[in-house]
Amino acid sequence: MTVEEIVENFELLDDWEERYRYIIDLGKKLAPLPDEMKVESALVPGCISRVWLHCTTAPAVGAERDGAKGLGAMGDLLHFQADSDAIIVKGLVAIVLSLYDAKTADEILTLDVSDLFDRLDLGNQLSANRRNGFVSMLGQIRAFAQQHAN
Amino acid sequence: MAPRSAPAVQPTRTTDLPTQRLDIQSIRAQIPALAQLVNGKPLVYLDSGATSLKPQIVIDALVDYYGGCCANVHRGVHTLSQRATTLLEQARETVQAYIGAPELHECIFVRGVTEGINLVANTWAQRHIGPGDEILITAMEHHSNIVPWQMLCERVGATLKVAPFDTRGVLDMDAFAALLSSRTKLVAAVQVSNALGTINPVVEMVQLAHAVGAKVLLDGAQAVPHGPVNVAALGCDFYVFSGHKVFAPTGIGVLWGRRALLEAGGPWHGGGDMIRRVTFEKSTYAELPALLEAGTPHIAGAIGLGAALRWQSALGLDLIAAHEADLLAYGTRLLEEIDGVRLIGTSPNKAGVLGFVLDGTIGAHPSDVGMLLDQQGVAVRTGHHCAEPVMDFFGIPGTVRASLAVYNNRGDLDALAAGVQKAIRLLS
Repeated sequence: MTVEEIVENFELLDDWEERYRYIIDLGKKLAPLPDEMKVESALVPGCISRVWLHCTTAPAVGAERDGAKGLGAMGDLLHFQADSDAIIVKGLVAIVLSLYDAKTADEILTLDVSDLFDRLDLGNQLSANRRNGFVSMLGQIRAFAQQHAN
Repeated sequence: MAPRSAPAVQPTRTTDLPTQRLDIQSIRAQIPALAQLVNGKPLVYLDSGATSLKPQIVIDALVDYYGGCCANVHRGVHTLSQRATTLLEQARETVQAYIGAPELHECIFVRGVTEGINLVANTWAQRHIGPGDEILITAMEHHSNIVPWQMLCERVGATLKVAPFDTRGVLDMDAFAALLSSRTKLVAAVQVSNALGTINPVVEMVQLAHAVGAKVLLDGAQAVPHGPVNVAALGCDFYVFSGHKVFAPTGIGVLWGRRALLEAGGPWHGGGDMIRRVTFEKSTYAELPALLEAGTPHIAGAIGLGAALRWQSALGLDLIAAHEADLLAYGTRLLEEIDGVRLIGTSPNKAGVLGFVLDGTIGAHPSDVGMLLDQQGVAVRTGHHCAEPVMDFFGIPGTVRASLAVYNNRGDLDALAAGVQKAIRLLS
């Protein structure tokens, strides 16, 4: 699901119950990480619920590969897989991944997740979940993008 | 001052019949934070185990101090300083009466339970516990009553022992007794568990510990908000509690210890106020309580604590205990009736805490439930409550914890139960 579709769907929802039901559905639909990927090294620091994040890069389909360019070279796409043991956090993770997944590092660094969350009227989730691993995950995604930016 | 064996203010109850009850509406009207909407709903505050809301009289005490006699204590000859000193020392007298401390100067102002425990670990315990000695705690301690002892054990070569509890959250007293020996130098135990609500049989624990020559420190953080406490009756050697859980400001708390033990422990923090004379060759130290109160204290906090303890005592500590026992029983019944709710902490002897998880096909994380309750204006805490070993014992990542204070009413628990049912519907 694209971020535009999520935003459109959100605009149709009237009250908090519908919005949270939708977030919960997004969480349920996000493919769970296999157990072997839910490892300590992938755990994002947080206190209330757990979030696991894996960051990888892959060349964009059709992109010119140049022998001199290594992993994360211009044109490479960053991929993120993540999971949480809390379903609402997982739904929020799904929204974040719809924004960031399969973009280049430079694109990711120009995207503003807080702007998106404000549009979804979920801005308070960013502060409320500061200790939830969720905000740490956003930081890790940006840090990964910075490593691969040109 | 003569030892006191009774709470600061005796309840005016003259009969055991429940004819006298607290006027909860009038108490609620004294708590300004209760009069607000959260996410568009009237606030239902069920997180007093994390921190209590403050009555106006406590807020006024802070404002009066900062706006009036705002001066440093124990130093100035000027009028404001003397007034501030008087207020601070009056607060200490209130504390003494409140916990029934034999001596005024045994009541030490600290930041809270965490600092109080660390103070004991770095003074008396540091000097009197050595290689081969043992410290006995329970498996339901808050991290603040685990980590300082682990750190001490590493420093001095002592061993930490842990007394287990059963699936209800009741301490295994046979195991506790069996773990005591002549090697046990200190028992450090929680009076009321913050995660489970269990009231431990601390009088019996103190007697068993003293029989092998061990000293006893009790963590009263979750006990003092809910009813009368008297250190002389408990028989313990050290008692700690935090102000902010008992209607007082954050950053202030009390360590009470027997004078001989506090003196034998010597100073911890060095600095102003704790000295008698300073030269570059050697400094000599002040008497209690100044010995253990280096630096400018949290003057406003201590004055606020005094106001809070007087406010709570004037309500009637026994009446508070009875009111909360009623709420706990009522809330337990409501939660038990909800399909999928499993209570964590089912000791027959509990205070203040309703911890639970959602089981079965729902399988929701406590944080999911907490977020959905927050949307409904219901404030609870979710997570491990700084008691990770307790959660490990139950094999759960945490609980949803509703915790009570005197200003709660049955309506709050109705809102909790309705909120949990709505959360279950949304998560299913």
